[in-house]
Amino acid sequence: MRHTLRFLLGHDLVELGEVDPTQTVLEWLRRDAHRWGTKEGCAEGDCGACSVVVVRPEGGRLRADAVNSCIQFVGTLDGAQLLTVEDLKGPDGRLHRVQQAMVDHHGSQCGFCTPGFVMALYAMDRRGEAVTYETAVDEIAGNLCRCTGYGPIVEAALAMRGTEGAGEHLSGREAEVMARLEALDDGQDLMVGKDGRTFHAPASLDALAMLYAGNPGAALVAGSTDVGLWVTKQDRPLDPVIWLGRVKELRRIEERTDAVVIGAGVSYTDAMAKLGEMYPEGGELIRRLASVQIRNTGTIGGNVANGSPIGDSPPFLIAADARVVLRYRGERREVAVEDFFISYGEQDRRPGELVEAIVLPRPKPTEHLACYKISKRFDQDISAVCGGFRVRVEKGVVKDARLAFGGMAGTPKRAKAAEAALVGRPWSEDAARDAAAAMEGDFRPLTDQRASAAYRMKVAQNLLVKFWYETHGEGGQIRLVGPRRVVHG
Amino acid sequence: MADTVQGRSGSERPAARDKEGIRGGAGVALIHDSATKHVTGEAVYTDDIREPARLVEVHIALAERARARVVKLDLEPVRRAKGVVAVVAAGDVPGINDISPTGTGDDPVFAAGEVVYHGQPLFAVAAGTVHEARRAARLAVVGYEDLAPTLSIEAALESQSFVWPEGRMQRGDLEAARGRATGRISGAMTIGGQDHFYLEGQVAMAVPGEDGDMLVHSSTQHPSEVQHMVGKVLGLPDHAVTIEVRRMGGAFGGKETQANLFACVAALVANATGRPAKVRADRDDDMVMTGKRHDFLARYDVAYRDDGRIEAVEMELAARAGCSADLSGAIIDRALFHADNAYFYPAVKLTAHACRTNTVSNTAFRGFGGPQGMVAGERVIEEVAFATGLDPLEVRKRNLYGEAPRDLTPYHMEVTDNVAPELVAQLERDGRYWERRDEIRAFNARHPYFRRGLALTPVKFGISFTLTAYNQAGALLHVYKDGSVMLNHGGTEMGQGLYVKVAQVVADELQVDVGRVRITATTTAKVPNTSATAASSGSDLNGMAAQAAARTIKERLIRFAAESHQAEPNEVEWLPGRVRVKGDEIGFNELVSQAYTARVQLSATGFYKTPDIHWDRATGRGRPFYYFCYGAALAEVTVDTLTGEYRVDRADILHDVGRSLNPAIDRGQIEGGFVQGMGWLTTEELWWDDQGRLKTHAPSTYKIPAASDRPRVLEIAFFENENREPTVHRSKAVGEPPLMLGIAVLHALSDAVASVADHRVCPRLDPPATPERVLMAIERLRETK
Ligand SMILES: Cc1cc2nc3c(=O)[nH]c(=O)nc-3n(C[C@@H](O)[C@@H](O)[C@H](O)COP(=O)(O)OP(=O)(O)OC[C@H]3O[C@@H](n4cnc5c(N)ncnc54)[C@H](O)[C@@H]3O)c2cc1C
Ligand code: FES
Ligand code: FES
Repeated sequence: MRHTLRFLLGHDLVELGEVDPTQTVLEWLRRDAHRWGTKEGCAEGDCGACSVVVVRPEGGRLRADAVNSCIQFVGTLDGAQLLTVEDLKGPDGRLHRVQQAMVDHHGSQCGFCTPGFVMALYAMDRRGEAVTYETAVDEIAGNLCRCTGYGPIVEAALAMRGTEGAGEHLSGREAEVMARLEALDDGQDLMVGKDGRTFHAPASLDALAMLYAGNPGAALVAGSTDVGLWVTKQDRPLDPVIWLGRVKELRRIEERTDAVVIGAGVSYTDAMAKLGEMYPEGGELIRRLASVQIRNTGTIGGNVANGSPIGDSPPFLIAADARVVLRYRGERREVAVEDFFISYGEQDRRPGELVEAIVLPRPKPTEHLACYKISKRFDQDISAVCGGFRVRVEKGVVKDARLAFGGMAGTPKRAKAAEAALVGRPWSEDAARDAAAAMEGDFRPLTDQRASAAYRMKVAQNLLVKFWYETHGEGGQIRLVGPRRVVHG
Repeated sequence: MADTVQGRSGSERPAARDKEGIRGGAGVALIHDSATKHVTGEAVYTDDIREPARLVEVHIALAERARARVVKLDLEPVRRAKGVVAVVAAGDVPGINDISPTGTGDDPVFAAGEVVYHGQPLFAVAAGTVHEARRAARLAVVGYEDLAPTLSIEAALESQSFVWPEGRMQRGDLEAARGRATGRISGAMTIGGQDHFYLEGQVAMAVPGEDGDMLVHSSTQHPSEVQHMVGKVLGLPDHAVTIEVRRMGGAFGGKETQANLFACVAALVANATGRPAKVRADRDDDMVMTGKRHDFLARYDVAYRDDGRIEAVEMELAARAGCSADLSGAIIDRALFHADNAYFYPAVKLTAHACRTNTVSNTAFRGFGGPQGMVAGERVIEEVAFATGLDPLEVRKRNLYGEAPRDLTPYHMEVTDNVAPELVAQLERDGRYWERRDEIRAFNARHPYFRRGLALTPVKFGISFTLTAYNQAGALLHVYKDGSVMLNHGGTEMGQGLYVKVAQVVADELQVDVGRVRITATTTAKVPNTSATAASSGSDLNGMAAQAAARTIKERLIRFAAESHQAEPNEVEWLPGRVRVKGDEIGFNELVSQAYTARVQLSATGFYKTPDIHWDRATGRGRPFYYFCYGAALAEVTVDTLTGEYRVDRADILHDVGRSLNPAIDRGQIEGGFVQGMGWLTTEELWWDDQGRLKTHAPSTYKIPAASDRPRVLEIAFFENENREPTVHRSKAVGEPPLMLGIAVLHALSDAVASVADHRVCPRLDPPATPERVLMAIERLRETK
């Protein structure tokens, strides 16, 4: 057991013996490290002003991810390198090319959002992949700017590769950073704390399972994209905090012949690619979910475990007939995702039991699966309604239907009456419309700030028509956004 | 070939030389003066100022009722909580517990006796950290006796509950005009409000000094008002209070009066504890407790002729002022001033009400009521278009202001600088309006579920504060012995590029490189009695004041150069970086140095007041505006008729900034303003529950545009023009007008929706046109088919 938190801030080793388990990285930067460049715009992961880059070794290379420092706890930096806007300028005072591009293209007005954009773009630049208009706007979907209207920032993103600027002081030291981070990875369980409150980061699944079973009241943290807000918005005095980010077994995606097993510690970003290969619709759903920064830490495991009625992955998982693997001490059990959600605020998970993985079956040729996320804004917005639909059509007739919805009830839920109206019928517009009508018996949605009950019902019904149109053979996809969007004629 | 952002061509490189050879004179596309500090994180915002020792952090506790008598407020448990240093409430205000900007006495710092909105400040807790303060605040025992709240505009109208006398404008004979008309329609619409969502939330840090003096670093657009308010609550004269602000992380009107509260609370705590105090509101608290753009209810009655010409308009605008007056009186006036937008109404009667409700007191927001008036005016146009079957653009063009007598506004001011007809014609042509109209018709006939829509809407926006006294500004300019120049003026920097523009004006006047002009933080200690940096007036007013100061120094230097060469002042040639007199050339630095030795004063103040404007609210007549800004936008959208979701595919903008002081900055204002206006009218929805609680108080629920919402194609062009009035370098204001270009998006959406009923029925799509509103409008129209 180690009692010191260790990470690199830029190229300086930071060792902390005393760590408030819920102090955020942002607060630590501004209060303790005296780095004021990183800004707070919301303290809830939604504006990106606080974006920093967290670097970790992975598969023999360094991986750099932009994350929201406002909702990450300092303890989660263990074994990582933290880069902030202060690290980008060269030692000779030259701007980094990302910064220079932002200056050249008038990418800042009030400048308050700017450090966040710079760090988001820096992470993109470092990954080295092609920058297009579409990838650029996707990359900064989690960064709000109220002044510029974004055009100059997108222009800077497109130009950054070709811009002269500093960078060597970072790229030239990657091998050294790699070595230092590997040296920090000692495989020991970590426990730090302050004033009697503790932060634990066990290094193995067994240690995690035992620790959690012994502390069922602990706050289990995966990506912290929910838990972070309990602290910043609700002041919840969490204790102890158990972070599962160091458990390598949970960060795996295992391929089986009939299914893929996604560990509970796998980030959305990492799940997205695999999911997209199997279910393009699932991949696109995850791309629409939150932002790059949130997806870099947030997990599907957390999205299921939190039991939210408006989480986006459950409708898809239910449609695909996925299962949750639960773990208590040494015991494992599996339940269908559908059955995991019992009622609002209640899931089939006993105290001290953790979500270990999600088992996602591979698609079958006669099945059509589609996901629809309806929100006020396309990017980084919680859904008003989210639908995950699957039908099995054989010889033109619906043999099986799974129509799952988020936002329509107290839990993610299937529309059983609508399904019944479909099964056995030819896959036709009439059948889809009848199923839509039958859905009135399935749900009594709420009116709230995201949508009225009437809209929720209407749009849920119309989505069935859309699903029919898109899968009955002639129509093809009709989407305003995403890879299959209708482009300007 | 790399991808490009269409419509953005060759932004100018930094520090371009202008033709005369100095770097960065007027008209050059300089980068923002803080650009490199923004990208490195070195720019210091109020919360980044190095904290003084013994600083306390403050949390403001909010009321949890829309309307109630506070029958119990036991703060003892709060005082006893861990880390708490002080608690202040209404009874602890040494001066006057009121910060109403117009002296109406209805804006207490802390509620006293009665709570009038959910989220009203009740008391403040100071502790070692804001976390301790926040936790302690929960221990307060508050007893409420509920009173019936007024939560809607309709309810306030019903009970005739207003915060300000109604506004009125009338011209022409309504009855006679209606007699000439062939048709008449009446209707109503609601227009949503808007949260500013400045990225930097409200923040202030107060540092107590000797003799009870108070220095407050405040993120404010109106330092002089903050100074006065801090003095008022502390019972100090203005001279004992200094307010300083280097920059804000966005403001948009939301830090014109709303910053007062935070500065005053910081000062009250600092005063009570003798320690420096910082107040920085959490985003959710900020959104709950500060005012927003007013939502409106508009009722209209229009009489028109078959050819689309309007004969008479009667309109009643009712704004949700909220629980106090704040600036609502001037805001409803500005709504009336813009209910005509760019159109001539032969006979017109307009009234406006500022409704008192038990919701947060609404305030200034880019456009200041003007956008709401304009949106109502554009609905009237749309109604006429659907009633006559004419294309909305045709109707717009036929009603634009023109030659006398079609040049008179509802407030009896002649429009003498009208360029709307030429500007609209140019955009119609360059944007290929009619070809695209045909393409869209064909697309809509073809596609099973998508519909496209197109709209071109003009903007005419009046420039000047309608409170005439505000149209003044001061500046202070020092030239040091080494020839470096320090500039200070009353305007504040919120990202709009005011500092660099004014520096360019000074550099131009003195003919020195702009790099030599040091721009310093705005402080009430240097330039007194300033107006808010608002009403788009920043460069107009402060630019002129700074130019005047520079001119004074320049004239002294010319006189000195003349005298020292036994020449007449008109023999002195003022050249880039030097003067020439009688064949002798003297560099600027040398001249300054000699002038110092000869005891010439090298410091000057400058002052400016806008000429020729006047406004009489009682009669509804005057010339409230020095000039008008014009613009137009052409927007194209695609709507999914199954879900109501939409994309703005393209926008073409043509805008009049006069002779631009800085084209890069102006372009940024246009683009940012358009996107902000579009957000207001589309996804930005404020939603209160039936208890009067705002439920959209964070970016998770309140959706401003994200990068992907920006139209993929956004063409921006400047309309060739110069200000007819002698403004600074014949430029025009640019802060507010572009916001209203976003109205084109609302109308393009409406156009797409209308297509589901073959453009026979006016969709009456009220903003914000969220996907829900769009789908519901589509469903409504389908039923009429
Ligand atoms: C800005 C922002 C945007 C968002 N947008 C979306 C969106 O578009 N769609 C959407 O669905 N969600 C959205 N979310 C929420 C989403 O990110 C979370 O629900 C996320 O999936 C939770 O995963 P996490 O790993 O961050 O969980 P955490 O926050 O770490 O934990 C969430 C909950 O799950 C528990 N938990 C986590 N892991 C386990 C485990 N292995 N076993 C048992 N319990 C566990 C935690 O104790 C906690 O109760 C958004 C959040 C933010 C902040
Ligand atoms: S501060 Fe807004 S995302 Fe972190
Ligand atoms: S520059 Fe002001 S928020 Fe982006």
